[in-house]
Amino acid sequence: MLIELRHIFKDYINEKMVTPVLKDINLTVEEGDYVAIMGPSGSGKTTLMNILGCLDTPTSGEYILDGTEITGDSSDELLSDLRLNKLGFVFQTFNLLPNTSSLENVELPLVYAGIPKEERRKRAAAALERMGLDDKTGNNPGELSGGQKQRVAIARAIINDPRILLADEPTGALDSESGESVMELFKELNEEGVTVIMITHDADIAAHAKRVIHLKDGIIRGDGGECSE
Amino acid sequence: MGENIKMAFRGIKTHKLRSALTMLGVIIGIAAIIAIVSSIKGTNEQIKRNLVGSGNNTVEVGLSQGGMEYEVEYGGIPAGIRPVDEETKKAIMDLSSVENVSLYKKRSYQNNIFYMGQQTSGASIYGVDADYFAVAGLCIKEGRLFSKSDLQKNVKIAVLDEAMAKGLFGTEKAAGKVIDIKGEPFTVVGVVKNISTFEPVIENLQDYETYMNDGQARIFIPITIWPVLYIYDEPENVLIKAVSTDSMTNAGRDAQEILNASIKEVPGSGGMQEGSEEGSSSVKYKANDVLEIANRLQETSRSTNILLIAVAAISLLVGAIGVANIMLVSVTERTTEIGLKKAIGAKKTVIRRQFLTEAVVLTAMGGILGVIIGIIVARVMAAVMQTNMALDIPWMILAFAISMGVGIVAGIGPAIKASNLNPIEALRRE
Repeated sequence: MLIELRHIFKDYINEKMVTPVLKDINLTVEEGDYVAIMGPSGSGKTTLMNILGCLDTPTSGEYILDGTEITGDSSDELLSDLRLNKLGFVFQTFNLLPNTSSLENVELPLVYAGIPKEERRKRAAAALERMGLDDKTGNNPGELSGGQKQRVAIARAIINDPRILLADEPTGALDSESGESVMELFKELNEEGVTVIMITHDADIAAHAKRVIHLKDGIIRGDGGECSE
Repeated sequence: MGENIKMAFRGIKTHKLRSALTMLGVIIGIAAIIAIVSSIKGTNEQIKRNLVGSGNNTVEVGLSQGGMEYEVEYGGIPAGIRPVDEETKKAIMDLSSVENVSLYKKRSYQNNIFYMGQQTSGASIYGVDADYFAVAGLCIKEGRLFSKSDLQKNVKIAVLDEAMAKGLFGTEKAAGKVIDIKGEPFTVVGVVKNISTFEPVIENLQDYETYMNDGQARIFIPITIWPVLYIYDEPENVLIKAVSTDSMTNAGRDAQEILNASIKEVPGSGGMQEGSEEGSSSVKYKANDVLEIANRLQETSRSTNILLIAVAAISLLVGAIGVANIMLVSVTERTTEIGLKKAIGAKKTVIRRQFLTEAVVLTAMGGILGVIIGIIVARVMAAVMQTNMALDIPWMILAFAISMGVGIVAGIGPAIKASNLNPIEALRRE
C-alpha cells in the first residue's frame, strides 16, 4: 500500500474561529493507481492534496506514505525530504521560475538533491526530450506556450523519479488540445508505474483516471474506484 | 555554492533598477571611505616627501638650547663643547644606520656678504669639509667644489647655492667673481644645487614654515678658513646621511647620544650640572629629525580623519538598512517562487542560503563599485584641490570585506523570513 490515510482531520484555526475542513478521511491508494479527486470549491480537496503532498500536516489522524508515518508533529526536514524524493508536483499555473531556461527549471529538484552538474544536465535534457521539448531547452518560460510550459513543469515533476505525481488542476489553464496532450503524458507515466493523483473540476479530465473520488464538505462522498476497474 | 551565486545574479538581473538603487547605499558608503582614506594617505605621504625628500635622507645634529637652535653668534662658545673629534666622528660613522657623516660649522642670518653694492640678507654661512656636498645631496651646477688641497692651503674661496648666486649675480656667471664676506675677499669657484628636484607643496603658512626653514640662501667656505671670519674652535654640527628613510630617526637619536656623551663637564660653569634647570638652560646636541616631524604632523590630523571615516561609516549603515529593506520586499514579492522551491523539495537551509547569498552578492558588487568610484573621487579631489592621493590596498580589502559583512547582517533577517514561509500560503498567493 503506497498511501494510507487513517481518520484524518484538518481544522483551520483562524483568530477565534476553528474551521473544520477535513472530517475523518479514510483512504488508501495502491501503487500504480490513477486517482482523480473531484468536488466543489470549499470541499477540502486542495487541503487533502496538500496533506497528500506533504505540504501540510493533519490536525489529527495518520498518514502513511510509502512506509513513512506523517503526523502533525512531523519535522520540516522530513516533509521536504519526502517531497524531494517521493513526490512530484504539477500546478495549474505551472510555477516555473521566470528568466530561467527550461533546462534549469527542470534540473532544480536535482540541485536540491545534490546531484552533480553533469548528470543533472543529462537527466534534465532527457526529460525534456521525452516531453517533446528538446528544441526548447534554452528557452525561458516567457517564450513558451501554455501547453509547453506545463510539459516543462511535468518534466520537472518527474525528474527525481517520484513514486507519486500530484497534479492540482493540471489542465485548468490550458486549451482542450494541450489539456489532452497533458492527459496523454499522465497516462503514459501511469502505465510506467507512477501513481497519479490529480484534482480537477472537469469530469472529462477526471474520466482519464482509473478511480474518481468525490469530496464534499470535507467528507468522501463517493469513491469510484470499483466503477472504472 | 556556485549554483547559489548564479541564482543570486539572476535575481539581481531580473530587478535591475531595484538592485542598482539598493547597491547605491553601499556604493556611496564604501566610496566615501575609500576616497577619504586615499586622500588622507596621500596627504600623509606628501608631508613625508616634503620633509624627508628635501633632506636626501639626511639628519642634522646641531646644538640647541631650550628647544631652540643654539646661535654661536649670540651665545659664544658654550662651556665644555669642543669641535667634534675624530673619535666621536668615527663612533657615529660606525652606527649601522649611518651611511656617511660630515662635520660643518654654521652661522645663520648673516647680512654681511657683498658683491658690487649688492648685500645679502639672512644668508647662512657654512664651513664645510670636502665630503659635505656629497652627504648633503648637493651637486655642481657651475664651476667646481672644494678639493683636498683647497682645505689644506687655507685659500679664501666659496661655493654658493643657486639662491645665493641668483641674488648676488642675477643671470651672470658666478665662478671667478670675488665677493666680500665680513670684509674678506672670497673667490667664488662654483655653484651647487640640490640633487633631488624636489619642490614641496605649499598650501598654507604652516606648511611654509615647516618646509622652508632651510630654504634660505647658502654660502659654503672651507672649514679650515672659518677662524679667519669667526672664532677658532667653534663647535660643529654633524650632518648624517642615513642608510634609508626609515632609519633616519635611529641614526639621529644615536648620533645625538654619542655627541652629548662627548660633552666635557666643566665644573662651575653655567647650567651644566644643575639638574633641575638642565632642560631649559644647558646646551646639548639635538637631532633635527624630519621624519619625526612628519609623523607628528600626521598625528595632529588623525582626529579629523577619524571623524570623517565615522561619517562615511554612518552612510554605510544607512546603505545596509536599505539593503535589508529591499531584501524584505524581495521576499514578499517572490513568495510564489519560494513556495514552489519548497514544494519541490528545497529545505529551509537552502532557501536561507539563497537569500543570504543574494544579499551578499548585491552588497559585494556594491563594495567593488564603491571602491572603484572612491578611487575616482579621490583622484578628482586630488586634481581639483591640488593635493595628493595614494591607494591603500589593505583598506580596499577591508572595505570589500565590510560590504560583504553588510550583506550578511542585512540579509539574515529576510533570509530567515523567506525560509520560514509556509509553502501552501506561498503557493496560494498567485
